[in-house]
Amino acid sequence: MAQFTKANSLYEWLDQRLALSKLWKVLAAEYWIPKNINFLWAMGVVLVTMFTILVISGIFLLMYYKPDTKLAFDSVNYTIMQEVWFGWLWRHMHAVAASVVFLVIYIHMFTGIYYASYKRGREMIWISGMLLFVTFSAEAFSGYMLPWGQMSYWAAQVITNLFGGIPFIGDDLVVWIRGNFYVSDPTLTRFFMLHVFLLPLVIMMLIGLHFYTLRIPHVNNQDGEEIDFDAEAEKYKAGLKKESKVIPFWPVFLSKDFFVLGIFMIFYFFLVFYHYDFAMDPINFDPANPMKTPPHIYPEWYFLWSYEVLRGFFFDVGPLSAMDIGLIAFGIANVIFFFIPWLDRSPVVAPAHKRGAFFYWFWALLIDMIILTIWGKLPPTGINAWIGFFASITFLLLLLVILPKITKKEAQRAGGAV
Amino acid sequence: MAKSRRDFLGMVFGGFAAAGGLAALYAMKRTWDPLPSVMAAGFTTVDLSPMKPGEFRTVTWRGKPIFILRKDKTDLKICKDQDVQINGEDFLVRIGLCTHLGCIPAWQPDRKIFKCACHGGEFDACGTNIFGPPPRPFDIPPFKIEGTKLVIGEEGPEYKKLVGKA
Repeated sequence: MAQFTKANSLYEWLDQRLALSKLWKVLAAEYWIPKNINFLWAMGVVLVTMFTILVISGIFLLMYYKPDTKLAFDSVNYTIMQEVWFGWLWRHMHAVAASVVFLVIYIHMFTGIYYASYKRGREMIWISGMLLFVTFSAEAFSGYMLPWGQMSYWAAQVITNLFGGIPFIGDDLVVWIRGNFYVSDPTLTRFFMLHVFLLPLVIMMLIGLHFYTLRIPHVNNQDGEEIDFDAEAEKYKAGLKKESKVIPFWPVFLSKDFFVLGIFMIFYFFLVFYHYDFAMDPINFDPANPMKTPPHIYPEWYFLWSYEVLRGFFFDVGPLSAMDIGLIAFGIANVIFFFIPWLDRSPVVAPAHKRGAFFYWFWALLIDMIILTIWGKLPPTGINAWIGFFASITFLLLLLVILPKITKKEAQRAGGAV
Repeated sequence: MAKSRRDFLGMVFGGFAAAGGLAALYAMKRTWDPLPSVMAAGFTTVDLSPMKPGEFRTVTWRGKPIFILRKDKTDLKICKDQDVQINGEDFLVRIGLCTHLGCIPAWQPDRKIFKCACHGGEFDACGTNIFGPPPRPFDIPPFKIEGTKLVIGEEGPEYKKLVGKA
């Protein structure tokens, strides 16, 4: 039985009952981060901030949005944009944050790949991060449907149709997901539910899991150095702050993070106030029309690379139709990053520029994904179709063949540990 | 003895929980199913007699566009076993959704093809895929012929013959 003495302050009273000081120590004041890091290590906090902005702006949009095919378009483009005070601000903050959050997610992911922060005990960090990426993608897709413009409608039509490629149950599954034979009112309302409740709930739980996975292996550093966190923390607590290789999460690490965050927020609000249009496709200002496909449809920029892999294969090979090959390639592209910790066969944890061939592989992958992104927005005709095809093949080869090959060689050089 | 009684209680509890869980899953699945009013969506009836040779129309059936193209007395390709003949006139009747990902292709009378803007798929005047990712020709909607009228949504003998069922 705990001993309760008279408390001298409200904080002490709460501390006796909730162990606040101990909680704060465990979560922040004595949660250790390596010193040897750079600004790229600030992306996690930037992402948490972006998600918070999305939740808050979303709450205000939710008060006027109507998830009904007859009302949705006007509730966004008339009520929120023209009548509600600062409605335009919430909408532009929400739309820009939804777009920018993917930019930061990609930077966060590629930082992890560059510094090999997905192995030697850090596999669960990587996997929980990838689960977040997939859930954020579903969140973005369901949210894009809500304004019920032409792009909303046709993105929903195309994406739900993808499930028709699943053998045997495909056609029935598409009707089941839509709640109708075509994308219509039940589809909008159920995706609204997913967007404002179920998926954000899952995202919040996954963020908790992602933080938890960092506990045991700790954050990686710029040289992939293995640090004895307990010993280094003792040094820091003994006053040897200069000699210690670690700093506490609060206040030292966060103070630096907040600086990076400050720079990022200037960039973010610059976009919100002066360049929000990049997150607002003009075609989506036409109300949804199930009887008229816009002449050229494409997803938001952050889905273009996988979209290009989907449509990159435009001819049949033997018994496989072009559509099936595209669907299979698209399926692989969407899950392949989960397996990076195992496709990388080498035990070496080091930045790419100290890993020989891996360095060239890293930049080849990044450039290939940029090419896929650019060509994903171009009409798929003539030479563009071929560039898309070769970039898609290159993407699959880089991850499925070249990565295991070069890292296996690296492992042999490193002493054949694997 | 006490242990096996505990095992039994555990299995009874687990069984009840599993049955309840399955029932809940079934209810959730059914809740997402299309509603009866949606399933009972009616039939679309079109009178084809006013259509002129070469004329192209789109009608709606269950939220889907239905392409109707009159091809006799034109230089459009006639495909005897894929077209619908009514009163000696020849029509192409197809669900106007690209068989790739469901976009609506546009009829280009000058090139005599249906062109899909989404991923560049092309179909000829018989509804056959001739270029790009579409894996198969346009689908044929179930239909019945009543005089000069076409009833879409009901399987008549002409439909069954067309899809090779009869």
